[in-house]
Amino acid sequence: MTRFWTRLVVVLTVILGLNYVAWRWASSLNWDAWWIAVPLVVAETYSLIDVMLFGMTVWQLKIRKGAPAPPHDATVDVFITTYNEDLDMVMTTALAAQKIRHPHSTWILDDGARPELRALAEDHGLGYVTRSEDWTANVPRHAKAGNLNNALMITHGEFLLILDADQIPEPDILEKTLGYFNNRRVALVQTPQYFSNVPAHDPLGSQAPLFYGPIQQGKDGWNAAFFCGSNAILRREALMQLGLVGYVKETEKSIRRALTASRSAIRHARKSADMDTPLVAEVLDAVEAATREAQEQLTAGQPLSEITYRVRRRVDAAVQILVQADMSALQTDLEEIAAMELAHVGEAGVPVVTDDAVQRMSARDWSPLGALESVQAVLDALNVERTDEAQPIMPLATISVTEDMATAMRMHAMGWESVYHHEILAYGLAPEDLKTMLTQRLRWAQGTIQVLLRENPLVQKGLKISQRLMYFATMWTYLSGYAAIIYFAAPIIYLLLGVLPVASLSWDFFLRFIPFMVANQLLFAVAGRGIPTWRGQQYSLALFPTWIKACSTAARNVWFGRPLGFAVTPKARQTGGPSWSLIRPQIVVSVLLAVAAVVGIIRLATGLAEPLGTLVNVAWVIFDLVVMSILVRAVLYKGYEPAGDAGAGERKADGV
Amino acid sequence: MEFSYEVKDSYAEVKADGRLNMVSAPKLREFVTDVIAGGSSRIVVNLENTAFMDSSGLGALIGCLKAARQAGGDLRIAGVQPQVKMVLELTSMDRVLTAYASAEEAFSND
Repeated sequence: MTRFWTRLVVVLTVILGLNYVAWRWASSLNWDAWWIAVPLVVAETYSLIDVMLFGMTVWQLKIRKGAPAPPHDATVDVFITTYNEDLDMVMTTALAAQKIRHPHSTWILDDGARPELRALAEDHGLGYVTRSEDWTANVPRHAKAGNLNNALMITHGEFLLILDADQIPEPDILEKTLGYFNNRRVALVQTPQYFSNVPAHDPLGSQAPLFYGPIQQGKDGWNAAFFCGSNAILRREALMQLGLVGYVKETEKSIRRALTASRSAIRHARKSADMDTPLVAEVLDAVEAATREAQEQLTAGQPLSEITYRVRRRVDAAVQILVQADMSALQTDLEEIAAMELAHVGEAGVPVVTDDAVQRMSARDWSPLGALESVQAVLDALNVERTDEAQPIMPLATISVTEDMATAMRMHAMGWESVYHHEILAYGLAPEDLKTMLTQRLRWAQGTIQVLLRENPLVQKGLKISQRLMYFATMWTYLSGYAAIIYFAAPIIYLLLGVLPVASLSWDFFLRFIPFMVANQLLFAVAGRGIPTWRGQQYSLALFPTWIKACSTAARNVWFGRPLGFAVTPKARQTGGPSWSLIRPQIVVSVLLAVAAVVGIIRLATGLAEPLGTLVNVAWVIFDLVVMSILVRAVLYKGYEPAGDAGAGERKADGV
Repeated sequence: MEFSYEVKDSYAEVKADGRLNMVSAPKLREFVTDVIAGGSSRIVVNLENTAFMDSSGLGALIGCLKAARQAGGDLRIAGVQPQVKMVLELTSMDRVLTAYASAEEAFSND
């Protein structure tokens, strides 16, 4: 029944939305003010697409009845990932994990390698994992993805429950989820992330009831519910398969790259002075022949292991010949010197090395190998050991700081299925100050945009069209920062300058706009089934500087290899007074909006502006300011204070 | 799962009998690492009695290949059964490793 009404409202919203935006494009643009008219209609189109993708998501809303009984012999590793979190917090989570009822092994994955934590883990009979010696200073560490990938090589449970250090699990978390894996194609079961340290009015917008609700349930309906990093169970076989496929792909890519690079390295080596030495030329010929043959074998589809083995053997043999020849040349030189010295001794009775001999020795390159160094470097890259990474197999994707989404997308592309289980089975801790919260949101947004730019879901082979759109929908929402700027600019421009982006504010406008807006809000209400969505709507607009920063830094990172300026989200509360500087852009925009409203009213009073335009734009300003007002509460928020027993009861007493 | 090895003329043959899965995979890696440490870096993993292999098993083979290469040798596989062949193809690992018909053939070309 819910589904019927949801779909009805979706259809209604899409029709009304298309009706409005099509009219906006076709016959409402004020071309005299194209510089604001066009951006505004583009922003509105962006929002319409956003709503349509949301409509598509909730169209397939899947309400699951719970999992069948779990296979009793399923082996499970519970991973608690930590880097620098408070030891008490880690241990509280770890001990709760130990009490999970289904048989399992609990492991603390300590990326901080803290001896105190190791001791605590040992005292309580918990597994403790740090990075193996393969993670040298020369390879990327890949943050949490690296931490998990390292642990995957050491443990061997069939399933993995992944928990952030603050996510205290219920004892029945596995009993309620493992049964989904009776379906051999299921690779992931995600449960909600819920925070126990958040007051009812949720000043920082920490709870995401719309996401861990209709959105994930809708994605689930399209077999596109994705991994969110914690409170999820994964099938090891699926992860390892991803690791293998990724290994083959990366190895082939790096071999192709090395073979291409070897050609120019050989060319450069040929130009060097050592070409006077026939042996160097011969060795280069041999290397060139070997790499050319390797290229042919690669094209012919021969296995990479053998291609690299053969080319290395051939080159090694050639280099050996070179070294030998070099040594014998040196020997000859020494003999020549000796002969000359003898001559000197014969003449003057004192052994001296003549200038003539020194010159002759230096004129000749002592080490013809030196000329081949660049060639050698390229050849070193010609391997199947993936020497640029700590371990050849990297099951969790490392293309993004949000490894979870990228990993899930690859799983879906390989034909695996996922499940969203809509029941809170772990209780976490949300950031309690604005600064930490902003860092966290920035990280999520950056990671999502990284995935969009590196592995655009719209062109991923193996994904169904619906799955592509489901991943794309999440990425699309993070572009909202640009639209927000235009939504703020338009009323300011009208109220200050009298420039209207719409040709006229006639009935035509209201008759199309208002029904769409009403249907839009109705859609959220029906799809959300009474859950609070207003906080989320506020933050998606109010955090526009964060979203823009995320897009620009992620693009710089992907396209130009610049660092993201990434920081691990601190779990502990940041101290200090209210930090207004964190929301400086929003303060500037709010002041501009308020000033514009006042100026607009003055212009109206002096007859410079028309009443309808002023009314609409002042209303718009008021809406924007109400949206932005949440930030004032966020800045002033002093952290969570449990309200006596009521607050304490929120976290279920499970003996921890 | 049972591991054994035998040093031949130009290589060491490692036999992995049984099911090479997530439980036995780390053991294979350990076993082969020991064989390499014992001085044989040219390894043939004979899979004729390996009835089943999963992705963790293949992952362990890659780990062994890396160890053998770093010791200046190589690792090859022989005698793959139909299920193993299927896993090799599914993960496109057949792009990396050649499956030889027998252990003797694995190093016969060099």
